[in-house]
Amino acid sequence: MNFNQIKEKLKNSTVGIAGCGGLGSNCAVALARVGIGKLIIADFDIIEEGNLNRQYFFHKQIGQKKVSSLLENIRLINPNVKVEDHDVKLDSKNIIDIFKTCDVIVEAFDKAEMKQMIIESISENLPQTPLVVGLGVAGWGDNNSIHSRQIDNLFICGDEGKETTEDHPPLAPRVGIVANMQANTVLEILLKNS
Amino acid sequence: MNITLNNKPESFEATALTISAILKHKKYSFRMLVIKVNGKLIKKSQYNVTEVRDGDNVQILHMISGG
Repeated sequence: MNFNQIKEKLKNSTVGIAGCGGLGSNCAVALARVGIGKLIIADFDIIEEGNLNRQYFFHKQIGQKKVSSLLENIRLINPNVKVEDHDVKLDSKNIIDIFKTCDVIVEAFDKAEMKQMIIESISENLPQTPLVVGLGVAGWGDNNSIHSRQIDNLFICGDEGKETTEDHPPLAPRVGIVANMQANTVLEILLKNS
Repeated sequence: MNITLNNKPESFEATALTISAILKHKKYSFRMLVIKVNGKLIKKSQYNVTEVRDGDNVQILHMISGG
């Protein structure tokens, strides 16, 4: 497959991003740069100053909705990407409606219970759709603890060890590594059979 | 019975064990788990009634906050 064929394949793909925080904003930007045809993004939250240590937003966007600011930032990077934005708190029901047309879904939540919710909901209702989750992004250093692995249609990226705490805050480098690892896994899935 | 637990071989004296018994035996105390047996999702409400038997492939994922 040459570069033009790769670009064509990515252009004809749809990827869902569930959550537009540290993982979601960075993963979406990486996927926009490589020219994924359509991104479906969803989040209900507002940008706070404390988010800027890792999330792909700008100081002037503080107070704005994450989902609309991410759409704006994607447009600035690659206006050819179609973006469908959903300003909504995702749950086990609406998540299926919103992401059912996706070739791959990226889990980009912060809280453990939300990660559990999406894994269970997708594996029950959209078992054929690959789901790429981020598990363990906090702290700094220790590059070699970050890995990726596959269980059936579930792809895991992260250190699978460190929970976010006061002593282990989520910071740009490690969150960015895992977010880009998720984007890299998406490409691997989309391009594997071509 | 011999099972595969998180990709590693594991032996138990019993011929069958519930998910709850395995979690207790392995001292898995994480609040948020995703468990699959032979690729099938097992929800928390079924941990007490789902039995694992010889040859089963059990995946227990710990949900970790942060993103």
